[in-house]
Formats: sequence, C-alpha cells, structure tokens
Amino acid sequence: MKRRDFIHLSGLGMGALMTPGFLLTGNPVSADQLLNPGLENAEKKALADIALNTAKSNGATYTDVRIGRYLNQFLFTREKNVQNIANTESFGVGIRVIAEGTWGFSATNDVSPDGIKKCAETAVAIAKANSIMQKEPVILAPVQGAGEVSWETPISKNPFDIPVADKIDLLLSVNAAALDNGATFVNSNLFMVNEQKYFASSDGSYIDQNIHRIWPTFNVTAVNQSEGKFRSRQALSAPMGMGYEYLDGLASEKIEGPAGLISYRNSYDMVEDAVAAAKHAKEKLTAKSVTPGKYDLVLDPDHLGLTIHESVGHPLELDRVLGYEANYAGTSFATLDKWRAGDFKYGSDLVNIVADKTQPNSLGLTAYDDEGVKCKEWELIKDGVLVNYQAIRDQASIIDESESHGCCYADSWDSVQFQRMPNVSLRPGKDKLSVNEMIKGVDKGIYIVGRGSYSIDQQRYNFQFGGQLFYEIKDGEIVGMLEDVAYQSNTQEFWNSCAQICDKDDYKLFGTFFDGKGQPSQVSAVSHGSSTTRFNGVNVINTGRQI
Amino acid sequence: MAILSQEEAKKIIDKVLSYAKADETEVSIGGGRTGNIRYARNTVNTSGESNSITVAVTSVYGKKSGVATGNELDDAALKRIVEKAEEIAKLAPENPEYMPMLGPQDYPSTKNFSQNTADINPEYRAKAAMDSIEVSNTGNLTAAGYMEDFAGFTAVGNSRGRFGYNKNSSVDFSITVRTADGTGSGYAVRDFNDVNLLNAKNVTEIAAQKAQASGNAQAIEPGKYTVILEPTAANDLLRLLAFNMDARSADEGRSFLSKKGGGTRLGEKLFDERVNVYSDPMHPDLPGRPWNNEGLPSEKITWVENGAVKNMFYSRYWADKQGVDPVGRPTGIIFEGGNQSLADMIRNTQRGVLVTRFWYIRAVDPQTLLYTGLTRDGTFYIEDGQIKFPVKNFRFNESPVIMLNNIEAMGKPQRAGGNLIPPMKIRDFTFTSLSDAV
Repeated sequence: MKRRDFIHLSGLGMGALMTPGFLLTGNPVSADQLLNPGLENAEKKALADIALNTAKSNGATYTDVRIGRYLNQFLFTREKNVQNIANTESFGVGIRVIAEGTWGFSATNDVSPDGIKKCAETAVAIAKANSIMQKEPVILAPVQGAGEVSWETPISKNPFDIPVADKIDLLLSVNAAALDNGATFVNSNLFMVNEQKYFASSDGSYIDQNIHRIWPTFNVTAVNQSEGKFRSRQALSAPMGMGYEYLDGLASEKIEGPAGLISYRNSYDMVEDAVAAAKHAKEKLTAKSVTPGKYDLVLDPDHLGLTIHESVGHPLELDRVLGYEANYAGTSFATLDKWRAGDFKYGSDLVNIVADKTQPNSLGLTAYDDEGVKCKEWELIKDGVLVNYQAIRDQASIIDESESHGCCYADSWDSVQFQRMPNVSLRPGKDKLSVNEMIKGVDKGIYIVGRGSYSIDQQRYNFQFGGQLFYEIKDGEIVGMLEDVAYQSNTQEFWNSCAQICDKDDYKLFGTFFDGKGQPSQVSAVSHGSSTTRFNGVNVINTGRQI
Repeated sequence: MAILSQEEAKKIIDKVLSYAKADETEVSIGGGRTGNIRYARNTVNTSGESNSITVAVTSVYGKKSGVATGNELDDAALKRIVEKAEEIAKLAPENPEYMPMLGPQDYPSTKNFSQNTADINPEYRAKAAMDSIEVSNTGNLTAAGYMEDFAGFTAVGNSRGRFGYNKNSSVDFSITVRTADGTGSGYAVRDFNDVNLLNAKNVTEIAAQKAQASGNAQAIEPGKYTVILEPTAANDLLRLLAFNMDARSADEGRSFLSKKGGGTRLGEKLFDERVNVYSDPMHPDLPGRPWNNEGLPSEKITWVENGAVKNMFYSRYWADKQGVDPVGRPTGIIFEGGNQSLADMIRNTQRGVLVTRFWYIRAVDPQTLLYTGLTRDGTFYIEDGQIKFPVKNFRFNESPVIMLNNIEAMGKPQRAGGNLIPPMKIRDFTFTSLSDAV
C-alpha cells in the first residue's frame, strides 16, 4: 500500500474553516490536462494482460487489475475572493490476487510493462506471506466474465469542458446574491470528479468505465454582532452522479414545498438557493428556541437521506456485521441471527428500503463494481422486515447468496477495494400524498429540511440529528421557524414510528460525497433517495446553551 | 527512498530554485517510509509498506500562485515541475490575501525523529500484531487493531532565503478487544515518535481487561454526572477547543471567542483558573516540528493562562490586517494537570462515571462549542470510591467551555492523540440518552 501524495486544500489560510476538512489526493495539473484522454483501451488491455499472466505464472488462482486515472477539479471561494483552484490527476495500477487461498495487493504508479510485472509479483509474494496467518481460505462467489465492455455516466456537459473562469463567475455570483440578500459571509465550492477506471480480471473481464460526479455547495452565515450571535444555512443541493448540466437550474426539476421552500431534484439553481439561504440565515437569528419533548417529525428528503445513510446504510454493511471494522467505524446491531430469524422488524410495514448502484443521476451509478460484478438493485428491508445486507464476492457465501451484490469499491488505484455502501433508498409511498397534505394531519410537529449535525453510536442504535431549517407545525399548519432543534432516537424504534411516506412525485436524491471507512481510511460517494416521511412521537431536545 | 540528509535536500532545493523564473518560488521536499498492519477477528487483513518522495514547487507571479509536484529527482524532472508550477501560476486568479514568502528563519532543532521507528520492518509489524492477537486468543476474546508508522523528512527552501530541514517519525497503535459473546468491548490507543515506547501486548492487555470488565453493562438514568475522563476521552473534547481558537473567525463574529458588540474575547477568563494550556516544540514527551503552519519558527506559546485566553491563531494575512504578530498553529497542545492519579480520582468519587473514550463527536452549535457524541469501549459506574459495575453507553451533549468550568480534579498529563492531556474529573457532565451499543 502506498502513502499518498496529499495536498492540503486549506493552503490559503481560512479555507479549512468553512470548507470540508479533508485532503485531496493526486498531483496538481493544469485544467487542460483534465481533458487529456489518457491511454487507449488497447494499451490498457495489453498492460492488464501482463499483470494477469505474471500473477498466474507466480501461483495466483485469481487476479484483478485496476488501471485507474482519477481526475479532480475543486474550486473554493469566499465573498469576492477565489481561495483555491485545485486540478489534480492520479494515475496508477492496483493488482489484487489470491494465492494459497489468501488475498495479496500491490500498487504502483509505474504503469509500464516492467512496473506492472514487478507489481504483480509483489502482490503474489504478499499473498503467500500473509497465508501463514490466514485461518480460512477466501471463497469468491462466481462471476461471469464480461468480455470487453465500456460504460460511462450519461452526462450532457463534461464539467472539464466548461472554462474555469465560467465556474468561478458562477460561484462569485452565488456569493454576491447571498451578500445582497443579507448574508455577512459566504463560502461557495464546486467539486468535480472523474474516475477513468479500467478493470481486468482472470475471470475474463475487460471493463472500461468513465464515471462523473459533481457537487456544488455553499455555506451562508449571518452575524448579529451587537447580540454576539451567528447562524448559518448550507446549500440544499445534492452531490450527484451527473455532469455540469446539474447546474442548469431547470424549472421542471424544482419542487415547491411548504413555507415557500424550493428544493431541487435533478437540476439545481445555485443562485436562487443562495438568495433563499441568506434570508433563512437571517431568520434563524431570531427564530424561537424549541421546547423539548415528543414531536411528530416531517422529514424532507434533503434531511432524511443522512438519517437513512447512518441508521440503515451503515448497519447493513456485512463487513461491519462480521467485525472487520470493529476497531474503527464499529460493528452493527443488525446481527446475522436477527436476519436469519426472518422476522426482525426493522421498521413499520410502510418501510421498504432498497440498495442499488443503478439509479439514474445517483452517486453510486455504475455498470460494474470494482471487482467486475454487474451492478443491480436488491431489497434490504421489505415491509419493515430485515431481509438482506450489502455483500461482495468474498462475503456472499456467508449470507447464503450465490452471487455478489456488486458493491465493491476502492477510492484510488492504490487503495485495495472493499465493501462500500451502494445507494440505499426508501421507496416512496404507494398512495397519493403531498407534503402539504402530510403536514395538515400533524397536530404537534416539526418539519425539518437539510443536513445538519449528525452522530450515531458504533453499533447504530442511538442517534442524534440536527438539520438546516426547522419549522414548527401546530394543528396542521406551519406556524414559524424554530431553532436549537435536535432529535434523538433508537434506530429500530425510529423506523417503527414511520407513519406516512409521500408519493413518488416528492421523491429525490440526497447524497454524501466523502463517506469515510476503513484503515487507512478511504472515501466514497453515495446517494439516498426518499420522499418526505412522517415519524410519530420522536424525542426532540433543545441544544441552546450559554457560555 | 532513503531519508535525504540536510545537505542532499539543500542541494536539490538550490537546483530547483536556479531553474525558477517566477517572482517568488518555494520548494518543499518530503519523503520517507510508511507502513501499516490491520487485523480483525484475530487475523491479519492487510499489511503494507511503501517509500515515497515528493517535490512540490510553488511559483508566484504578483499575487497569483501555482503548485506542481513530482516524484523524480533528476534534473529534467525537476525542471518540468518548475515549468508546470509557473504555467499554473500564470493562469491562476489573483489571491488578494496572498502574503509574500518569508525570508531566512531561525528554526529550532526539534527532536521529533527516532531511529528506532525508522528501523521498523514488516517482521516487527507482524510480531506486534501477533503479540496483540495472542492476548485475545488466550482469553476467548476477539481483537481488531491497526498500527501505522512513518519515518521521513521534510525540507523547505525559497527564493527569499528561507531554508528548513526536519526529520520526523511517528507510530500510532489502536486496539479494540471484544468478548466472544459481544457483550463487552475495550479500547486502548497510543501514539509516540519513538516506537520503543510502545508495547503492543501491554496496550492490548488494557483493552482486554476493559472488554472483560464491561460485559453485561447495566442501564442507569441519563442526566448530569460527575465523570472521570481518561486522557483519551478528555483529549477527544479538548482538541476541539484548541482547534477552534482562530482569531479571524472570532473577529468576524462567528466563533465562541467572538465578543458581543465586536472583537474577540482575548484576555477574558473563560475557564476555571486551574486551566493552563501551552505548546512547546522542545517538550521531550511531545516534540514538535521546527516551523508552524505559517512557516514561522515554532516556539513555546501559552494559549490559556489561569483560565484566561492568552493567545489565538493569527494567520500572517489576518495578523497583518489587524496589526499584530502572526501566531501559527502548534503541532500539539500541552494541558497542565494536577497530581492525582486515576486511582486517586476514583477513590475520591462518591458517585460518578468513568469514561474510556468518546465516539462520533460532531459539532451541534459552533456558537457555544456544543458537541454531541457517545461513550464507547469501557464505561463504568463509580460509587463510594470504587468501580461498581459497567454501565451502558451514554450520548452526551456538552461544550468543552462549560466542562472546563466544572473541573473537580486533574491528574498527570499523558500523550493522547498527539497532545499531552491529563485525566480529568468533571462535575455536571451532560448525558442526554442511553445507547445499547457495545
């Protein structure tokens, strides 16, 4: 495993404070280099065959090769200033083998015939060395070789074709819109990712995939200096598996919600949202502090996505269930005995949760996963009952599956692939129901929009979530904005309190761009679809304090 | 790649600078060897080792800057990096907050490198993992652990005459031990510069004892409790306080250190008068780097003195704007403690909760520095001076600012997560709900 060439994005001082605190991998390049097509498929196939043949002749019984080119363009601005423009490229090959029943992995950025040959030899040597400590040989679920295939994210505008100056103009106009509408500070960012992945395996697959993701986002802050108070509102965009067309701001993709709120499905109007955010941040400065107690919660998809991610997505990762993440992310309450019983009531009868890597525009969308398995959709929770997990090739037999679910992923050519969360989504309600109709039926409740503070225990029982916007519901009406709101619950209790789900017209994707897992830690991007959903009698606390 | 000597690094930097045409150029070279081993379910999952070297060149024209990096050290490769950085800089927008590069600096010679750590090899890592797993194998327990080590160097030089060189090393080891029936879990973690201070077996035994002692935890009502925080738990919250001491955000009115009506709370007494926090790159137990994130020489800085905020971070840009001296972020903080041992603290507690560590800590309100999170891997009820029984984990909602006004007692500082932190006894710590997680 290689130590990465990390570049701190917070190089311009203030950057780290208002932008996600993370590190970017790869070498800085000019924006033009992001449009360079890279190696031809024929060249990649020839190189991959060297790895497959070398590993086999050295004793490997299985080999996969990932020749990866990972391109990023990240832009950071605050108020009238550009803070940073990072264009990076990372190119190399990762080779994974099974020898003597044990995994071995090696990676190199020397993508030459010699470099690849040595790398394959090292991978086999590592597998053999590790086999001494191996207790049970690896069992792989079978995969039909795909032959030579290609796939790319169906985008209409390649983000790297858009001049950097145009993107900067957009972000600075977002900032101006926020400042003109009462914001004291604003940071806006644009993240664009392109993974060019060539996968080959000894099963007879040569899969070329070109994957795009995009995330426009901002954070608007309003300060009342005389009161010594500040409040922020983040963008209601979602990171998407789309091209630059996500920023077209099509009226047809807007959803008009209660309290004048606009949310965005597959097309985002960043300037319009910044105007709303500035007004919301100011309104939050004088919002009423919540009275703690039990409330019926009406959760918008821009909020509920993270609750699904934390309380359903992570606990149903099979590697967590088995204990492989015990020292870091933790294990899971959703143990194999509960699944085997066949009647573990995860949620109410309304709750149907599916996993997939096939939903259009989602972050998980891809044709094949990083071990050459064709991606698909499968059920995790059916009519409230736990029915399945997320499993990859070397785990499928543990849960009596004949094939992998196709959710294996590595965040770079030099990271070893492992089980990662696919899209995990709540199916919309079958009966016609709008958000306004749902709110009409609530006597004492809170309507919550947007991703806020979130925390959950290491087995995914107890959680606490905040949000961006909170509206008090009294006798079927929204009566005003609330502040200092967080709800605490237990996963099973919470999902069993699910009382109503809006129909498919309200369905949209939420996403998270930098989900972390593993040691050394790897990131992945994942979407969660849902419609607005009602949960009855949830415990709400007041988070206001004096210091 | 071997660790370059100061002379070798200086030669390369001077060569790169001789190729440069920009108004200002800075070169940094970093490299070394890193290795890791990860295990779970009492068996090793992954292990690896790699050597790398990176040359990064920053070129600046006026207020436009560009960075390029490379991994090769021959003349042609170095020239390409310089050309690339200059090309990127010319295309970059102006950064109005750009500060000119620093001239020659007088950096201290810090002792953050250990040859013992540099000598770690795959056999050492495998033995550490096997020693750790062995503890679990003999006790009907399951171990999951991770060790990562690094030994390398950093050198920096620029066209204004700044030059610095530092060798550094680190080792991080963490271990979670669970009982076979899944009802008990224990954790221990250590970080050092010198691997000879690490004994993986002993650290695992601590985690194993906690796992066995924490089985079948009882539920007690959430509420306000006196807590005894082991150094790892105390560090989980105190590092967040230290991270948030930025002057610019305070001046801008968006920090817990913002003053009502404008300005910062610099100089105000915000904490118990026993609170004294400083950083010192020459501290033998927490050696720092010779220069800070602003490129200025690291020096001993007092952050909190007798409960009053004494210093905040000022970037060079913000310091210039405010007419004060810049203050960089330290490598780690040293929180002065007291004389009580953990055992003393437990003995002197009538009713309380002993906390091994916190988990999944997230900011709830930056205005008050309120955080939420949970206890994990060893939480025990104390009554009449004795540990009585393990308790179910709690969720907390607490601010380190409030916590540092509720100090009952402190022990001797120990290395925890890159800081020196004492065990602490805190009254009225706010637990808001129970968790069934083990």
